[in-house]
Amino acid sequence: MGILSLDSLIRRPEAGAFLGMAFVFAFFSIFGGATFTSFAGAASWFNVAANLGIIAIPIGFLMIAGELDISIGAMVPAASMSMGIISGFYDLPIMVGVALTLGFGGIVGWINGMIVVRTAVPSLIVTLGTLFAVAGLTLFMSIVLTDTTAVSLAAPAWAKAVFGKFYFGSYQVIIAWWLGLTAIYIYFLHFSPWGNWLYAIGGDRESARNAGIPTNKFTILLFVLSSMSAAFVGLCQTILFNSAQVSTGMSFIFNTIISVVIGGVLLTGGFGSVIGIFFGTLTFAMVNQGIYYTDFDRNLSSLIVGVMLLIAVLMNNTFREMALRYSGPKQAN
Amino acid sequence: MKDKTPVLELQDIDMSFGPIDVLHEISLKVQEGEVLCLLGDNGAGKSTLIKILCGVYKPIRGAILMDGSQVEFNRPRDAADRGIATVHQFGGTFPLMSIGRSFFVGVEPTKKWGPFTFFDRKKANEIAVKAIQDFGITRIDDGNRLIGGLSGGERQSLAIARAVHFGARVLILDEPTAALGVKQAAHVLRIVNEAKRRGLAVVFITHQVLHAMAVGDHFAVLIRGGIAADFRKGDKTREEITDLMAGGETTEDLEIEFAIRDGPVEGRPHSAAP
Ligand SMILES: Nc1ncnc2c1ncn2[C@@H]1O[C@H](COP(=O)(O)OP(=O)(O)O)[C@@H](O)[C@H]1O
Ligand SMILES: [Mg+2]
Repeated sequence: MGILSLDSLIRRPEAGAFLGMAFVFAFFSIFGGATFTSFAGAASWFNVAANLGIIAIPIGFLMIAGELDISIGAMVPAASMSMGIISGFYDLPIMVGVALTLGFGGIVGWINGMIVVRTAVPSLIVTLGTLFAVAGLTLFMSIVLTDTTAVSLAAPAWAKAVFGKFYFGSYQVIIAWWLGLTAIYIYFLHFSPWGNWLYAIGGDRESARNAGIPTNKFTILLFVLSSMSAAFVGLCQTILFNSAQVSTGMSFIFNTIISVVIGGVLLTGGFGSVIGIFFGTLTFAMVNQGIYYTDFDRNLSSLIVGVMLLIAVLMNNTFREMALRYSGPKQAN
Repeated sequence: MKDKTPVLELQDIDMSFGPIDVLHEISLKVQEGEVLCLLGDNGAGKSTLIKILCGVYKPIRGAILMDGSQVEFNRPRDAADRGIATVHQFGGTFPLMSIGRSFFVGVEPTKKWGPFTFFDRKKANEIAVKAIQDFGITRIDDGNRLIGGLSGGERQSLAIARAVHFGARVLILDEPTAALGVKQAAHVLRIVNEAKRRGLAVVFITHQVLHAMAVGDHFAVLIRGGIAADFRKGDKTREEITDLMAGGETTEDLEIEFAIRDGPVEGRPHSAAP
């Protein structure tokens, strides 16, 4: 492996994501004053990034594979409620609540995956169906079981320490989960042999199957992963806030997709990186929270996000062209 | 001509899709170190025949033999396991993957580090680059290049080198030169010759007679799902083959047609005998 030249850095899928993040950081450092970059101020965007990022990376994997999962928008609040009902309303042990909630997420993901690989229905439509089904089921079960739309939960200290507690004043413990999972996903996509399978499936599913890759099983697993990740975020929120209410998590759908695209994953599949998605998520969170530190109207954050998304899509195409054009290290003699 | 057992043989293959008969009574053989050219107009059934050879379709009648004994392909994997490799028109199918990564899709070289299994990128790149350089494509020296950045001819060559590296015995090339310019096509034809020299049995599908004649040992012309002619190198001229493919309509007929349509043309380049 040669030295890291500027040229080789710029070809990487995360190059654009990194530049975007640097720009946004500089922007809010200037207009947001000292609080944006202060230790306490940074917690607000790190918290948003962590809750989003845990779901965004598996969504990014699905997009690299050429699929999409929008049912996570219902899975986050459903898992919140499920955790609250099992370990709060029924007072069962925390681990039972965690296991059943993750299990529920796994089943929804498995259903998504099975329908997508067994039928020719696009995953957008399949998961649109499960999005509504899970949302409806959550409301129905909450009313039937608890007769309310809000439950409280008092988690023991160890459970709060692991799943939902503020450290150093305002840093949620889920940030540690996010960093740990990101490290595992980096290994998975970029260093393990299975990462190669994901790129191959996204590049050409038919050829990947003919090369002996179990494409269907792999795709189903990706849906299980995204759904379980959403369930994990939902249950952590219940433990953190000691309560859950029937709500909508629709913003997760758009916010994860935006983070993934800003992170350099191509909408056509087959190309992307975990670090890029990580940067994309942080960028989104900075814009989303940074606006509160400025004198600007907070509605402008949507405008900024929208413009950034468009720029990212255009840049992604450019970077892809550059990556394709690369023809090996230039000999300097 | 000594009569060796053919590596691959088709006996009276029939194929239909519902009521549509696409192939009837196709019998063909191909031996080690031999190129069989399958010629035919669009819609003649060439692609369908290949899909039978590589296990995508099962014929409704007839037998497939390898080394003289009957085999059955229920899925593409079965054919691949027996050493039948197919290279499609656009060669590398993973444009956004690197040469090293795509070369080893499904059979990634790994190394262990503690409990972790790592994709051995360095080894993958080295082997892939060496395999393609051994085929005479010395311009490719970096396994990190993306497939989509290679020229059409290079992609075809890489796909062929890959098949050979993984021990293919039968190489099926579906119109490998159709989308290429003259130079690129010559490139691929050289690679086909090299594969043949290494003892592979090659089935080369094309509708470009010149390309077929450049590498073929044995020719079969497919018309509307049947074999209209089966002959060896040197038995027929280029015009005769072209006429056969057109299904009786001779090149002279076509020239007259052109002449009527376009008016008399001075110095229209006549196709000289090869
Ligand atoms: N899956 C299919 N179902 C129905 N008809 C088909 C199918 N595949 C090919 N055919 C028909 O079979 C004939 C031969 O097609 P094909 O093998 O693609 O020819 P070629 O490759 O020589 O151009 C065509 O008439 C085509 O319409
Ligand atoms: Mg065809």
